[in-house]
Amino acid sequence: MIVFELFLEFVLLSFVAFGGATALLPEMHRVIVAHHHWLDDTTFTHLYAIAQAAPGPNVLVVTLIGWKVAGLSGALAATLGMCLPMSVLIYLLVDRWERFSGRRWQQAISLGVAPLAVGLIFSGATLIAQAANFRLGAWGVVLVTTFLNLRYKALHPLWLIAAGAMLGLSGWL
Amino acid sequence: MSAIPLLPIPPSRPLLVPSLNALFWGFSSVGLSGFGGVLPFARRMLVDERQWMTAEEFNTQLGMCQFLPGPNVVNLAVVVGKRYQGLPGAITAPLGLLAGPVLIVLLLALLYDHYGTLPQAQGVLRGIAAVGCGLLFAMAWRMGMAIREKPVFWPFTMLTVTAIALLRWPMPLVMIAGLLLSGGMAYWTLGRK
Repeated sequence: MIVFELFLEFVLLSFVAFGGATALLPEMHRVIVAHHHWLDDTTFTHLYAIAQAAPGPNVLVVTLIGWKVAGLSGALAATLGMCLPMSVLIYLLVDRWERFSGRRWQQAISLGVAPLAVGLIFSGATLIAQAANFRLGAWGVVLVTTFLNLRYKALHPLWLIAAGAMLGLSGWL
Repeated sequence: MSAIPLLPIPPSRPLLVPSLNALFWGFSSVGLSGFGGVLPFARRMLVDERQWMTAEEFNTQLGMCQFLPGPNVVNLAVVVGKRYQGLPGAITAPLGLLAGPVLIVLLLALLYDHYGTLPQAQGVLRGIAAVGCGLLFAMAWRMGMAIREKPVFWPFTMLTVTAIALLRWPMPLVMIAGLLLSGGMAYWTLGRK
């Protein structure tokens, strides 16, 4: 019952998904690739790339992973597992939010989780680089992208993605 | 748009109450407009274009969605859907948000199944992964710079990177320990003021 297992894994993952699916990349890799061997490194980075190039929320990388592991039912199971628990929780809690909001412990968690999320996203970036086994040319693209994205806020990331795709197509990376 | 009746409670700002249909298509437009995150588009649709909520309301609701783990924008769709149409709305809004993008991504997955082994396709995906990696570094940098009291909180970032990227420890463990330490530190700094 790989579909059920997939659903359960993503239910578990959703509970630590502070910072959304992006911050979850390292853990998804650990569970899906390193632990279960459902995908290999290359496929994992390919799916990440496809999710980058497609419109929609970041959570779609989960849909792709589910698809690759167990087809259409896998895609639905993974997406549902990722979205359902917190959706239910937030549905139940939203009317009580006013009571928590602004409390010292609530602010402490919001403040305290931020540096962890930064660490998770940084780890996700290093992990993609590792799994994709980037050579010098690809590292150049990484550096230039980081610089351009930070320096020119008006430059839409889609242009960078298109440029990266062209460079990749030409075989330089 | 089929949202007609006015919200009766606060008379100062006549906000529209969206129907289920409007919720579905409104969030569909959000889901399909963004690449690598659609939150800014959710704000534009809800506050500026359709005026389902004021900017302050949006910020409050978003605060809760970002407080809980899970995909923030899906959480937001649940909150907005529930607010206007109860349980049916809370189901319809996230469905609208995800239906279009999921279809597109599954089409791309089909293409990948057929052509993914071609060297050209591998090259393209490699190039996009490199750009995606750079975007992640940039995002981490921006978020890190936005943290106040960096000398106090950056060590927790470094501990997270060490535990996750280098030691490859399971994330639930790391997050529980990290939240206790970093959240505890935040609790203390909040009391100091």
